[in-house]
Amino acid sequence: MNRATLLSRESFVELGARARAQALLDPGTFRELAGPFDGLTSPWLARQGVVPQGDDGVIVAKGRIDGQPAVVMAIEGAFQGGSLGEVGGAKISGALELAAEDNRNGIPTRAVILFETGGVRLQEANLGLASIAEIHAGIVDLRRYQPVIGVIAGQVGCFGGMSIAAALCSALVVTREARLGLNGPAVIEQEAGIAEYDSRDRPFIWGLTGGEQRFAIGLADRFVEDDTAQVRDVVAALATAPVDATPRSEQYEHYLQCITEYVARDASHQPDPAMVRRYLGERE
Amino acid sequence: MEQLQFEYAAGEPASRRVLVGVVGSGDLEVIIEPGAKGKTSIDVTTSVNGYGRVWDAQLTRVFSAEPRAAMNIRIHDFGATPGVVGMRLAEAFEALAEADGKEST
Repeated sequence: MNRATLLSRESFVELGARARAQALLDPGTFRELAGPFDGLTSPWLARQGVVPQGDDGVIVAKGRIDGQPAVVMAIEGAFQGGSLGEVGGAKISGALELAAEDNRNGIPTRAVILFETGGVRLQEANLGLASIAEIHAGIVDLRRYQPVIGVIAGQVGCFGGMSIAAALCSALVVTREARLGLNGPAVIEQEAGIAEYDSRDRPFIWGLTGGEQRFAIGLADRFVEDDTAQVRDVVAALATAPVDATPRSEQYEHYLQCITEYVARDASHQPDPAMVRRYLGERE
Repeated sequence: MEQLQFEYAAGEPASRRVLVGVVGSGDLEVIIEPGAKGKTSIDVTTSVNGYGRVWDAQLTRVFSAEPRAAMNIRIHDFGATPGVVGMRLAEAFEALAEADGKEST
């Protein structure tokens, strides 16, 4: 990419969650639900000495995408690492449930989730976990009717229970900055040891869990530049496409087979990006 | 974490609600809603303890320097420096002024 295109494009990664949601919806259609003035802050954070945020770090907005009814849920990665607590989680699962209800009433509402999250908010423990389980159920329900599109732009990435939510989406869009993993690098290092997994080795971390690798091995469906116009166009095309009859999460037999083969042949070797591509199959 | 309250004399109620900022490291969010005529009240929740006098000095300077509309303001601060606080408040006032400009036309 030359300097002129780099300067002329608008970064998506640098946008806050609300601006991202606005960028994806048709101009003038953005209408925020359960917003920052509605007093829905976390009831748990202040009791533990943590400053809350007016929207609990989750923006839910109704609007239209290419003229079709849509709801966009955006997680603010700058607030508490994009962690999901009781309120923020309920905002997402509630929006998904209402979108599915719309579809049962003949309104073809589709959904876009902007993941920027380390997963459950530890200060809210089981309430956060419960709400993430409800988000999973909400995605599986809604994706029968209309696409549920996940976007991981970066730089927080998408981890923990919310990585499962991302995997349940009808389609997943990633950038080079994105990371997707069940556990974050620091957690794996703590459990497996620094010799096996050095969380400060950025090329290693991105090589295994980064957007480019996740796209190459088929765990993500679109690889986009950090360009707001491109993200918008790709999301709009996916969100208005026909519903996929066999989402990736239904193909678990295939992935279990890949893991079985790896365990049988190579489990004693440290996996590197090329080895993962060999076992999971590289996209042409 | 510390919670602080401030009150200042003000004019007519602000014309609309405004949100700026994010509760991210070294940053803050400012939530502004129209207040009762004649009074601006500010609730500050800050992650840094012991800076009540600094908040008092800065907010008094900002809200006593010139007459402002009456507002209910909530500030959620995550370790912002006074410089960042000043910029976020200026950003919020600018958003309020822009809205006023649009509504008068």
